[in-house]
Amino acid sequence: MKILVCISNVPDTTTKIKIAEGSASIDTAGIQWVINPWDELSLTRALELKDDQATGVKSVTVAHAGPASSEPTIRKALAIGADDAIRVNTEAADAWYVAFQLAEVIRKEQYDIVMCGIESSDFNGSLVGGMIAEFLGIPSVSAVSSINFEEGKPVITRDIDGGREITEVDAPFVAIVQKGIAKEPRIAAMRGIMMARTKPIRVYEPVAADTLTQIVSLEKPAQRAACRFIDAANPAELINILRNEAKVI
Amino acid sequence: MSVLVYTENWDGKFKKLSFELVSYAAAVAKMMNTSVTALSIGNVSDDELKTLGKYGAVKILSAGNEFLSVLDSQAYSAVISEAALKENASVIIISNNNTGKALAPRISVRLKAGVGSGVSRLPVNISPFTVYKRAYSGNAYAHVVIKSDIKILTLAQNSFDIAETPGDAVIEKISTGADASLVKTRVKDVKKQTGKMLLTDADLVVSGGRGMKSPDNWAPLEELAEALGAATACSRPVSDEGWRPHEEHTGQTGKIIAPNLYIAVGISGATQHLAGVSSSKYIVAINSDKDAPIFEAAQYGIVGDAMKVLPQLVTAAKELKK
Repeated sequence: MKILVCISNVPDTTTKIKIAEGSASIDTAGIQWVINPWDELSLTRALELKDDQATGVKSVTVAHAGPASSEPTIRKALAIGADDAIRVNTEAADAWYVAFQLAEVIRKEQYDIVMCGIESSDFNGSLVGGMIAEFLGIPSVSAVSSINFEEGKPVITRDIDGGREITEVDAPFVAIVQKGIAKEPRIAAMRGIMMARTKPIRVYEPVAADTLTQIVSLEKPAQRAACRFIDAANPAELINILRNEAKVI
Repeated sequence: MSVLVYTENWDGKFKKLSFELVSYAAAVAKMMNTSVTALSIGNVSDDELKTLGKYGAVKILSAGNEFLSVLDSQAYSAVISEAALKENASVIIISNNNTGKALAPRISVRLKAGVGSGVSRLPVNISPFTVYKRAYSGNAYAHVVIKSDIKILTLAQNSFDIAETPGDAVIEKISTGADASLVKTRVKDVKKQTGKMLLTDADLVVSGGRGMKSPDNWAPLEELAEALGAATACSRPVSDEGWRPHEEHTGQTGKIIAPNLYIAVGISGATQHLAGVSSSKYIVAINSDKDAPIFEAAQYGIVGDAMKVLPQLVTAAKELKK
């Protein structure tokens, strides 16, 4: 069984986002780029499944659609433990375009389980995983909070609105994963970092594909008014304000 | 031309978010000079279907096929896409909840329809079709043009006011061309969350962070939530430690919520936490550290020990309900 983990290259989540006036992109100066947090958790779970020989998972590959400048992030994934990597040499124009490119590569290389994070922390679209599945005509399971194997078959827990469902699905399929899939992201050890240098990254040139959406401008969110402090000796005043001024309770 | 809205029901009753979705669809339809068709999947009575008319739907399509009892994203997206084509829909509106996130991308590919995901207000412009959405987990907002003929919008929960409009809707039972062979996922077991309010549906939320110090200290926080009729939530370290279940984790990698009131107790307010709650109408912070960043996001704050403040809030909140 082969697992593919799709990774997105995003600004570190503590980054203070800066936007130049009238710009449609962020100011990237000084930004630390990292593996999208949900993708990092996916990768961690994929490696845990590979570590457990009973699952039959033989390899974990990471895939990314982006320019050569995102290779340090791919190397990070290899250092954490992925066996090899794929990069589609392109700019990630929009979700449709990215999913189209990744689906094309998956069709060529064939994977049993494709794992995608439920969203990326840059454009928060929650789209690429489901789109890949539809392009490939294979099932997708969304909001996955655990993947295990029982008698060689994947058993998945997914959050539904108002509960959880335990689901079985035959490979190949796309698992769109969220928080809970792995406890904490796995961290690269020195040995992993050394080994990552020689692990292969296969580079594919993009195929022609449309884009359906375009960001025309970005702006910072409106500033909130300053906090009004209530004396800790009289918390009841807070309840009074919430009832009579804010009128929310 | 029409606006198609996919509504969700739970055991045959529409969820509140469905009324929000139909209200939103009605407002979009008005901008486009067209009308709203609502789609319902599953077994829903005619009386219940009719309620959608109160929020602006003029036509209600009801697909009740037995195989649709499993929420399989392939099968559901096939049915919704089929309904969109039948209704000549130019805009499709879906929730941005777990269900919507599973369906929107698949429908997008089927219909070659661009998606504006997690929108929280009406489109800025109809031509070119431009939406305003959060980016960088709430640290920025983007104007996004959707270029395709059919557009899909997924609406963030609790972001649009439910509006009743006088009007009647006609119900049309549809039988879909899709069939059971599309259902590839098999549900072995369902664990419904019972007795507790759903975090993403809640208008009021009381949330605890590491400043609560121990999982044993949650009683007054839960009491406050109960007195206010609020749901409970927590920050990431708290769910990572296993003090609270991961379903309660709000923040960038957890649930993204937009209640009317979010009370953060013992939460410092890291960027990643704020990313999940910054769309709340009011944020109240209770923290012993007066320099905690949560106070920059909050409208109201109390600098103090949660264990002393919470019981007094509980008393005051109970007093209100009398």
